[in-house]
Amino acid sequence: MSETPSVLVLGGGSTGCGIARDLAMRGVDVTLVEKGNLTHGTTGRMHGLLHSGGRYAVSDQASAEECIEENRVLRRIASHCVEMTGGLFVQRPEDDDEYFEEKLQGCRECGIPAEVLSAEEAREIEPYLAEDIQRAIRVPDGAVDPFRLCVANAADAIEHGARVETHAEVTDVLVEDGEVVGVEVEHASTGGSADGLDSFVHGEPGETSELYADYVVNATGAWAGQIGEMAGVEVAVRPSKGVMTIMNVRQVDTVINRCRPKGDADIVVPHETTCILGTTDEEVEDPEDYPEEGWEVDLMIDTLSELVPMLADARTIRSFWGVRPLYEPPEVGSADPTDITRDFFLLDHDERDGLPGMASIVGGKLTTYRMMAEDIADHVCEKLGVDAECRTAEEPLPGSEDFSVLRDWMDEFGLRSPVGLRSAERLGSRVDDVLGEWDGPNPTVCECEAVTRAEINDAISQSGTELNAVRIRTRASMGNCQGAFCCHRIANELVPEYDEPTAREALDDLYQERWKGERHALWGEQLSQAMLKHHLHATTMNRDGDPAASEETVDFGAFDAGADEEHGDARAAGARTGVADGDS
Amino acid sequence: MAIREDVLVVGGGIAGATAALAAAETGAQVRLISHKKSTLRQASGLIDLLGAVVEDDPASEPSGPVADPFEAVDRLPGAHPYNVVGVEGIREGLRIFDGAVGDAYAGAHTDRNALVLTHGGTVKPTARYPESVAPGLASVEEKTLLVGFAGLTDFDATAAAAHLDATGVPFDVDGATVSFPVEFRDDALTTRLAKALDTDESNARERLAEAVDDHLDGHERVGFPAMLGDDERREVRAELEDRLGAAVFEIPTGPPSLLGLRLEDLLFDALDEAGVRIASGNPAVGYETDGGRIESVLVDRRGSEVPYSADEFVLATGGLVGKGIDSDRESVTEPIFGCHVPHPEDRYDWSYPEAFGAHAFARFGVVPDDDLRPTDASGEAEFANLRAAGGVLGGADTAREKSAAGVSLATGAYAGRRAGENATGETAVEEATR
Repeated sequence: MSETPSVLVLGGGSTGCGIARDLAMRGVDVTLVEKGNLTHGTTGRMHGLLHSGGRYAVSDQASAEECIEENRVLRRIASHCVEMTGGLFVQRPEDDDEYFEEKLQGCRECGIPAEVLSAEEAREIEPYLAEDIQRAIRVPDGAVDPFRLCVANAADAIEHGARVETHAEVTDVLVEDGEVVGVEVEHASTGGSADGLDSFVHGEPGETSELYADYVVNATGAWAGQIGEMAGVEVAVRPSKGVMTIMNVRQVDTVINRCRPKGDADIVVPHETTCILGTTDEEVEDPEDYPEEGWEVDLMIDTLSELVPMLADARTIRSFWGVRPLYEPPEVGSADPTDITRDFFLLDHDERDGLPGMASIVGGKLTTYRMMAEDIADHVCEKLGVDAECRTAEEPLPGSEDFSVLRDWMDEFGLRSPVGLRSAERLGSRVDDVLGEWDGPNPTVCECEAVTRAEINDAISQSGTELNAVRIRTRASMGNCQGAFCCHRIANELVPEYDEPTAREALDDLYQERWKGERHALWGEQLSQAMLKHHLHATTMNRDGDPAASEETVDFGAFDAGADEEHGDARAAGARTGVADGDS
Repeated sequence: MAIREDVLVVGGGIAGATAALAAAETGAQVRLISHKKSTLRQASGLIDLLGAVVEDDPASEPSGPVADPFEAVDRLPGAHPYNVVGVEGIREGLRIFDGAVGDAYAGAHTDRNALVLTHGGTVKPTARYPESVAPGLASVEEKTLLVGFAGLTDFDATAAAAHLDATGVPFDVDGATVSFPVEFRDDALTTRLAKALDTDESNARERLAEAVDDHLDGHERVGFPAMLGDDERREVRAELEDRLGAAVFEIPTGPPSLLGLRLEDLLFDALDEAGVRIASGNPAVGYETDGGRIESVLVDRRGSEVPYSADEFVLATGGLVGKGIDSDRESVTEPIFGCHVPHPEDRYDWSYPEAFGAHAFARFGVVPDDDLRPTDASGEAEFANLRAAGGVLGGADTAREKSAAGVSLATGAYAGRRAGENATGETAVEEATR
């Protein structure tokens, strides 16, 4: 055992990355393992709401108070991940007056700034709200980019000496003499990262390694029960699925909540160039295998168009599902997942199960990820006898250090104004490093999301050939066209650092991943878009009939070799043009 | 103003243009109406006839590349539009196309498909290709250099060369990336680059040749993404060939596709020459009928509905991309005439889990009878004088088959000719009165 206490963090979501950062900043030797990409589980599959706490102000005031506290912290330490859109709780004629008053009262009790707006005032802020709304409560809700937030935490953890291993799935928890001493992980292939540019992947594909540490933190969210099982303890997570439907534009610029007690389809979150409609709450058996059904998408559109009527005919670009890692102490026994608290729980398996060396953290939500991380880091430090203060609430994340860098980047980097602006928003204070250091032309690769070559290459330098990891870092291919125009361009950026077959495989993976979510939005404009995409990639590029991907060899001699088929003479006779034979 | 023709063609893509040309050949007075720019801006400009056979069974893989498309037609599923017009119909479509574009296209010397380079780095089978593409055919054994531009993300010459090599092409191929000789903002469109070569801005042609020359090493031909000039394209290419001492060819690209835009110009020039009247800029929104026949198509002109009357009508509004076929969460429709479009009830059956799978939506379209008239759910013609051509027809996954342009040509030629033959012959132009 080394002198520096070591901790293994399982799970590369917001909680795991937050814990890794916190512990690394306190001088602990941290290794984080994640079976997929960072954000692969629940973090990457949420609606991006930065809670004011208003949603819990009546039913769960403890959560509400934590939300408003962390809402303020994130605005400070993660400014480049947060957009303070403000939020409204909107009352429709059929919604209960009494509940409206309770909501207002609850917000005030929890210290959430809340202001009542008349229907006219609310519609002045959001003109597309239904004409018959009654009134609204304004609260400081916002939008947060969970990908950017999570990656910034991981990057800062690495900066403080942590090691982050993605694509490393825990296959066993190692228990020796009744104590957890580490885990066994299996490294997956990420499509070839031969020359070591992929700083997040360390093992060889298919290889297993045993990692030992003084303490293990199970931060795998909805998967915590599975890890518990490997260690022989029960962690009764109750995974609950929710659908989110992405619209093509921002029909609203403010978070719109329905002001009524719990219910499905009651929130619209403006997120980057889109709006996200959410959601449902339904318990599932397996966090990785559950039905994704069309009626859920229909429910989003039909119910939320009662608040924002134009949603009924608006274009959706895809839908996705996420699984909440809900937890409640077994003795509570809520039947309905919507009754389960959104609070988080730290399970010390020594105290609880007589198994020292490991703790699990379950429940909670993205907005309070940092507070959860702080709690568990405190716990771990106490166990390991580390005496260091938590600094994560004060120290800004990489990208949010210096507001002065958020100036007008158009002139600075030769980018058109909207492109420069979007880049600066995403990169925050890293914009100088990423765009300023880039040598050579910096064309826009993804037009929908205004992502330039420099930003793509920055993401590739962090995540290697896994283009879905590049996607979550940059938003490239996440706009209206869903990668129709840019998937292949992104893959082109891998060459020549990586070889062509690697780039081709990476392209196929990204293309298929995009398709998965698009299938939930295939009607109207988006079906038209999907057909165009099919034509661009199948008709124009022939990617589906590519002989390079086929076992069979092509008999090139059986095909047309030009009007003059005598080899070598083709150009002299038929093909070569001359000015003399006239212009068109 | 009453507008009356023998034949009215709705739609200005390959199918509409071909239908109008075929109708005009019969001596009929023809008008073509189109809403906006056709989808040719997004098309490669190649004329694919049939590059792979896609069976009806979703589990079967497409078989290709097909060397002889005429031989492969027999293996197509029953509902395929080619089966209505037959091989003769396909040849008829090609005849009209070849006549319309003249020597701007090549490939007519053989029935066999050519394998043409794609900007994604592979090859694809096609039947007709622009003359500027001709020197780049993959079956010609000449050492090849592919050239890309530093600011152009859509085509990476190094990746394309390696990819092409992996397809087993019978020649050596290298890739080189150069800076375009004229400085634009970093993400200038290919159309802007083409313009600079057209006007030879800042000696662009000479300087481009100099930049490429550094990479030439016994290469017999040099391929560029399709941006080698527009109006002056022949001159641009000839000058580059002269300076490089190698053949120069273009590789078709995605949008904005210069080759697609050039094809659109060629077709509209041919329509003008054939005396077809063209009205563009306003959408067709409905029709008037006496029951069994269409009397006029209503065009929305700044809010008022103007009837365009004719004896015979051709529906060539395109498929899902061109909005000739529309859909909502429950149904799939043909929006102008309300023709029947069969589709699975559950919209999750419209697509397939694999991105390049056997998507039902790729086959969405109206169902023709044996005279290309759209039919209702019971199989009867919707209208006696309405025929359909091109993407609006269902029954074929033209993307995976590489048959979209061919289906447009063959069905356009057939529908146009039949419409012309059936028209009264009396050209009653009553444009003077209102």
